[in-house]
Amino acid sequence: MRPGPWEPMSATEALSADAIEEWLDEELDAALSLRRSSRPAAEALAALTREQQDFARHWIGVIAKTNPEFAFRFASRAAEGLRRMGPEDAEAWIVQAMDVYDKMGLYPAVAALADVETFAAAREGRARSAALADVGPVLEIFLQGLAGRRLKIEAAEQAYTDTATIFLPARLDVLGNREDNVRLYKLTVVHLWAQTWFGTFSGHEPQRLTTRCAQFPDPAYACRLFHALETMRLDACLARELPGLHREIRAMRQPQAISTAWAAWRSRLESPEARVDDSYAAQQALYGEELPDPHPYQGILDAAAVASVLAQRVEQERLAFQGALQKLLQEKNREPAAQHAPTRFAKPDDDAGRQEPSLLLDGQPLALPPDVRTLAESIVQDLGEIPDEYLVPAGDGGYAPNQEKRPEDVWKGTYHEEGAYLYNEWDHRRKHYRKDWCVLRELDVHPSDSDFVAQTLQKYGGLAARLRKTFEALRGENAVQRRQNQGDDIDFDALIEGFADLRSGRELPTGLFLRGRRVARNIAVMFMVDMSGSTKGWINDAERESLVLLCEALEILGDRYAIYGFSGITRKRCEIYRIKTFAEPYNDEVKARLAGIKPQDYTRMGVAIRHLSRLLNDVQARTKLLITLSDGKPDDYDGYRGEYGIEDTRQALLEAKRDGVHAFCITIDTDARDYLPHMYGAANYVQIDDVRKLPLKITDIYRHLTG
Amino acid sequence: MKPGVNRSEAFLIAKEPYYEPLGDEVLLFESAYRNRIPVLLKGPTGCGKTRFMEHMAWRLKRPLITVSCHDDLTASDLVGRYLITAGETVWVDGPLAQAVRNGSICYLDEVVEARKDTTVVIHPLADDRRILAIEKTGEVIHAPAEFALAMSYNPGYQSVLKDLKQSTRQRFVALEFGYPNSALEQRIVERESGVDPETAGKLVKFAAMTRNLKGSGLEEGASTRLLVHAAKLMVSGVSPVAACRGAVAQALSDDSEMLAAINELSASLF
Repeated sequence: MRPGPWEPMSATEALSADAIEEWLDEELDAALSLRRSSRPAAEALAALTREQQDFARHWIGVIAKTNPEFAFRFASRAAEGLRRMGPEDAEAWIVQAMDVYDKMGLYPAVAALADVETFAAAREGRARSAALADVGPVLEIFLQGLAGRRLKIEAAEQAYTDTATIFLPARLDVLGNREDNVRLYKLTVVHLWAQTWFGTFSGHEPQRLTTRCAQFPDPAYACRLFHALETMRLDACLARELPGLHREIRAMRQPQAISTAWAAWRSRLESPEARVDDSYAAQQALYGEELPDPHPYQGILDAAAVASVLAQRVEQERLAFQGALQKLLQEKNREPAAQHAPTRFAKPDDDAGRQEPSLLLDGQPLALPPDVRTLAESIVQDLGEIPDEYLVPAGDGGYAPNQEKRPEDVWKGTYHEEGAYLYNEWDHRRKHYRKDWCVLRELDVHPSDSDFVAQTLQKYGGLAARLRKTFEALRGENAVQRRQNQGDDIDFDALIEGFADLRSGRELPTGLFLRGRRVARNIAVMFMVDMSGSTKGWINDAERESLVLLCEALEILGDRYAIYGFSGITRKRCEIYRIKTFAEPYNDEVKARLAGIKPQDYTRMGVAIRHLSRLLNDVQARTKLLITLSDGKPDDYDGYRGEYGIEDTRQALLEAKRDGVHAFCITIDTDARDYLPHMYGAANYVQIDDVRKLPLKITDIYRHLTG
Repeated sequence: MKPGVNRSEAFLIAKEPYYEPLGDEVLLFESAYRNRIPVLLKGPTGCGKTRFMEHMAWRLKRPLITVSCHDDLTASDLVGRYLITAGETVWVDGPLAQAVRNGSICYLDEVVEARKDTTVVIHPLADDRRILAIEKTGEVIHAPAEFALAMSYNPGYQSVLKDLKQSTRQRFVALEFGYPNSALEQRIVERESGVDPETAGKLVKFAAMTRNLKGSGLEEGASTRLLVHAAKLMVSGVSPVAACRGAVAQALSDDSEMLAAINELSASLF
């Protein structure tokens, strides 16, 4: 901070234009000339409060140190900026312009300063509004906790649901502050969920709303009328089921001024017995009445979207359910399609029982596999029960829907799956796995006969020796610990000495036991090496060198380890390259394969993680580590990139974690901070700035991870 | 207390432990006990396995010796070991040997956590030999009719290492425990904490919500035990949302998004 020489900055009286001009002349000397004076800027700044003036002077001083011309431009704009924005936003405005200056130079930076108005408006909106991208993940978990079919959340112009997905605006800027806008998101989600849960749309008649509204002269109005009535009914349902949430709803909505005709219907709709039929009856009765103002959280009704999604799902689920029943029958080794219907459905006893539909098979309760149960729940949610005709298992020819759903292109063409592994892939948009989506093969790395390993060891000679020492210290020994205070057996050496002590009048020492020290290191580690095309050059060299040093260290340590490379192109050709399996010793062949690691194609990480954690899980070890060496984001040719790739990788890592595999990532991608914490967790990755340091760092990292 | 002294009275359960049967597990356990077959309790954490054992011990009027297994628990920890006093070594029975001698019920909680060498002592006790051989003293104890062996096991943690071997599990009568249905769970929460029925009902609903999240970010939904904790906090004056946050949400997860969502779920109920 540089206050003027003539008075301290802390004074409260605003400075005059003359005083400012004098100060500016001194500060911006290099940028001024005969034809260019600081007078206009000084006059504009003189109109501000003293606090604002000091703020402007501080920043003019800061910028002048970087570039006086830029500071002069800022001085001319400062007054306008400060009039529009508070100090915090103004600071953001200045900082972003300076960032532009650092990256792109003076003129773009001046341009960035110039558009004060847009910047101020955007800042204001951002502070106040809530973005779906921020709240979406929490809302999704929240929604799944509520009950019923899993609903996806997607961005759209308007808020509505088609009974499979809840659509929400990407940004909400309806209410005065961010907190309220976030709450509005939540209430909207719950309201739309209530439509699917409290029976606004029935699977028996997917077209009902469309047909009913079409009977009226003004279908659009009729639909809005029905929506207003359903909102009343659903709000009452929510008040009963989720009282805490209902308090928030009440706080959010304006009191609706309604006529006496409405009031009578409202009390009927708010009773616990009210069903969607009552709303339709009310629609008939109140047609023509003025509509109350819509609540901010109610969204809109899209009858057409509901009708098509609902009709399609009902049909699909009927086929899938009958198919599943047939499979259950086959598993039980019974004759399919016996003459009498072999299964009877036990109806849920109460409303909450909708979550637990059960089936009887030949009078015996049948434990439904999780996927069939989810299916049954979804059917009950749409139809209120599992209709009798659903209980007839599909015939032999009927169990086709699953095959039909499989994208044909996986299976056609010259490629065939013999000897390949099939893996599911997570589609974050659908919130479901794509079944058997990836076709993965294990291949051998073509060994190279160069003496790469020897060269590397020579190159890092000093380091290799040091590594040997540190890792020797880490090595666990399967030894018996002597002279312990407690243990499984008596340490007779200690005991004899102790008795001698005792006889000679001294105290009996305490450590008289032997204790079998448990094997300290029981670790299996899998290295998953990125062999994508982008690793070509330095990165590939660094990866190979790192692996050589690691192997040396791990041999000392005695940890079981395996090294696999991964790459591939499209989901039909995912490739895993064997470099060293767990069973193989570190021999010349492995060394030749290490040398032979070559960049291949793309980075489809999810399937590689799934395959390698499966291999890792076949190993008996107390600690299982999956360490990925990578140079960038998941990326493949067929759309496996961006959010899709990241979410699938994250899902694969979650699966690995569930199976007790600890995943860790070592990356040289400088953007890693943007996505790796989301995938691996904040503490489970290391980003290395300089690829050449990888060999030096990697053994250190390993020591920290497992020490 | 002198080492090696019989102190089985200390393990007798005087007052009836509160237990609500989920099905026919009481009958099954009693029959297994009368037929001298060991029992394996399967089920998620906090669903009442240990309470069931206390209840059964009380019913059968036998002392209950519980061993919480951990990954450093060895066979000697179960059977016993020599201790040294001035001038001599003294053998001290471990909990299992004690239970066999006294005809108590020995309950090995979370048995998969124990070291593998413990199976050596469990196996001869768990089949019709019903003997415990103490290698270090050369003694062989024949279990009296009153002795029973029970262990618990949570199959939910899918890990190769934490799996029970077939040779072990096939010696036991297995009882499966799940979370009780909502009416029963509500009664349990009420009874255990003294909370009013309405709050108990909401807590049970809340538990169902968290159980919906199992498998997608949560390893396990809220157990009955967590609900009882939350209810107890509420009874002593903590606000419901704070109680759910402390006793349930934070106990279930460390993930910030998950915590936010669980807190929203509890806030929407209370």
